Amino acid sequence: MTVDVGAAYPTRVRQALADDALRAALDRATEHLRGRRAQALAGVDATRLRDEAHAVRRYAIEHLPDLLEQLEGNLIANGCQVHWARDAAEALGVVLEIAHQNHVKDVVKSKSMVTEEIGLNDALQRSGIDVVETDLGEFIIQLAGEPPSHIITPVIHKRLEDISEIFQTKLDTPPTDQPAELCDTARRALRSEFLIADMGISGCNFAIAETGTICIVTNEGNGRMVTSLPRVYVAIAGIEKVVRSVEDAVLLWQAASRNATGQDVSVYFSMSSGPRRRGDSDGPDEMHVILIDNGRSRILERRYGDATLCIRCGACINICPVYREIGGHAYGRTPYSGPIGAVITPLLEYDIRPARDLPFASSLCGACRDVCPVKIDLPRLLLDLRSDIVERRAAPIAERVGMRVYSTALRRPAPYRALARLARRLGRLAALLPPLKRWARTREPPRFAAKSFATLWRERGRRPGEGAAE
Amino acid sequence: MTDISTPRPRAALFVTCMVDTLYPGVGMAAAQLLQRHGADVVFPDRQTCCGQPAFNAGYRNDARAVARHLIDVFWPLVDGGDVDAVVAPSGSCVAMVKRHYPILFEAAHDIEYQRRAVQLGEVTYELTQYLVDYLGVADAGARCPGRLAYHPCCHLLRELHIDAQPRRLLSSLKDAEIAELPNADECCGFGGLFALKNADISTAMGRRKVRNVNHSGADMVVLNDVSCMTHLNGILRREGHSCRAVHIAEVLNGTVEHATAERDSPDDR
Repeated sequence: MTVDVGAAYPTRVRQALADDALRAALDRATEHLRGRRAQALAGVDATRLRDEAHAVRRYAIEHLPDLLEQLEGNLIANGCQVHWARDAAEALGVVLEIAHQNHVKDVVKSKSMVTEEIGLNDALQRSGIDVVETDLGEFIIQLAGEPPSHIITPVIHKRLEDISEIFQTKLDTPPTDQPAELCDTARRALRSEFLIADMGISGCNFAIAETGTICIVTNEGNGRMVTSLPRVYVAIAGIEKVVRSVEDAVLLWQAASRNATGQDVSVYFSMSSGPRRRGDSDGPDEMHVILIDNGRSRILERRYGDATLCIRCGACINICPVYREIGGHAYGRTPYSGPIGAVITPLLEYDIRPARDLPFASSLCGACRDVCPVKIDLPRLLLDLRSDIVERRAAPIAERVGMRVYSTALRRPAPYRALARLARRLGRLAALLPPLKRWARTREPPRFAAKSFATLWRERGRRPGEGAAE
Repeated sequence: MTDISTPRPRAALFVTCMVDTLYPGVGMAAAQLLQRHGADVVFPDRQTCCGQPAFNAGYRNDARAVARHLIDVFWPLVDGGDVDAVVAPSGSCVAMVKRHYPILFEAAHDIEYQRRAVQLGEVTYELTQYLVDYLGVADAGARCPGRLAYHPCCHLLRELHIDAQPRRLLSSLKDAEIAELPNADECCGFGGLFALKNADISTAMGRRKVRNVNHSGADMVVLNDVSCMTHLNGILRREGHSCRAVHIAEVLNGTVEHATAERDSPDDR
């Protein structure tokens, strides 16, 4: 990995832009995913799907406390144990406590961004518990010792040849350019992990309130193994994942599948409503559900509530022209990248400052808003965040001064004209000033016109026969 | 020409600060287009900027100060019935007035300016939108020999949903061949302060656009915002390409050769 997720933002961006292999991988993958999404939506009434998906999510967020209580009640009735966690530390504490009580040594995991958000793998490993990621992409990056760089396709930043190399080093396999061979290798390696695991951990795509059901959307079948093979199953769900009904969950499943990977629906949709009952042939002995806040209610209380509508499909990431150039690791330690990541990463933290560069990592082109299956106005949220950051005086001082000069001069015509005259006189020298230098390093600067439009218009008015001038 | 019973529409030209100071030729072309296609043009010369640079960067107080001035200049003309419309040769600045002014004044609980902003926004048009939707122009009546690619600027396309109008006007040009631009609706990477704050990402995006423009084989890439035009020309010129980004007003007005020659005078290199 050439991008150091722990480095400062400018360093991460520089590292990403300098990595040709990364950019080739990103190009190929985002183009492919964009195409698949467009195809999958061409076959349905996309507007209606979007309206309905938005309505379902909106209902859930507006009735969050009631739905969460209903969910808890039904999960308990189904035999689950429900835990509430205010933040990452509490959630990790719960998981470790469950693991301790059940003498857990080996954990298998299904791909889950919320577990990345709280740093679960590290915490388990520090307690001497072995964790294996069983999603193919996650398995690969775990071998490589890297975090995911995309919420749906975590290994999007690697090319086939990079993956073959990782397998050669870590699993001692011969080089190959056949994806199927790599899959077989991973499947063999994972099979034994599933059989020895004491505990399975998954995230949650939808938590159905009226039935007390945890749903996960997967494509490889590993999710089902994680939720049913080990004796203990733990699902970790952000509190915003709750939905009203089975119908609502199925609708969102379709919306997520079409927008994420361009499938009509994903290959697997695993619904877990409790531990093994008497007479069941399989299933875990215990099922735990951890409902975690970790900043979500803070997002809801402020003006950013719409960010919690997100169903984590990644369509905004795949369409984002900024993500396409820099990839997910340039967004830092967060598992959330692209436009949605630039919004929720600073908001999930108590302090906006550490991630304050992210809301500015957007040209505000609006492509993300157009593709969002639940109609999140991402550019608007980015603009609001920028304003929040500026109001907290977390923006660079030179920029603040520059903006004050701008607004003082341009709120009246005379100083505006004076500033324009000054710029005209400076001419090409202006490109040596620090902010403009950043422009001129890679781009020719524009030149100020000898006469402004206002001057030309005035002069033209004095000459007769030049048409109607005011 | 003039019909007594239906007076000519009167448009106030909001020329934008970048056109005023960097590209007056674009402003002239816009004014001439409006006049030629049946509108009288008023130019309120106290105008400055719409405030977008500050707004997009998060400086809402600074943006409001500039926005209030724009409202003070244009709103009385609209309210007093002196003009029927405000027209700007920019999708981005029009989007600022129509879409963002209401947010800006709502957030500050400034009800009076919010009301004026909404009223002003209702009659504010981007140039090609005004020409096609308001004046009913179907044929620009100009000639433009060469191969043109059209780049839809993001705010024009996705904030204002204007796309058919500029394309229709371009297709009416005589001797022009319209080239297909791959991934046309992908951002050019300008993004206001983004171009400075995230200069490297912005440049990477611009280079990708330039690659696509070259791939289209176009001699000129036509667009509706001088900001994106400046960005693309900055890269095209720095990297020694012969293709130029040109503003649609100059293309439709048939004054583009003059404009390019002026920009690329010998002392340029």
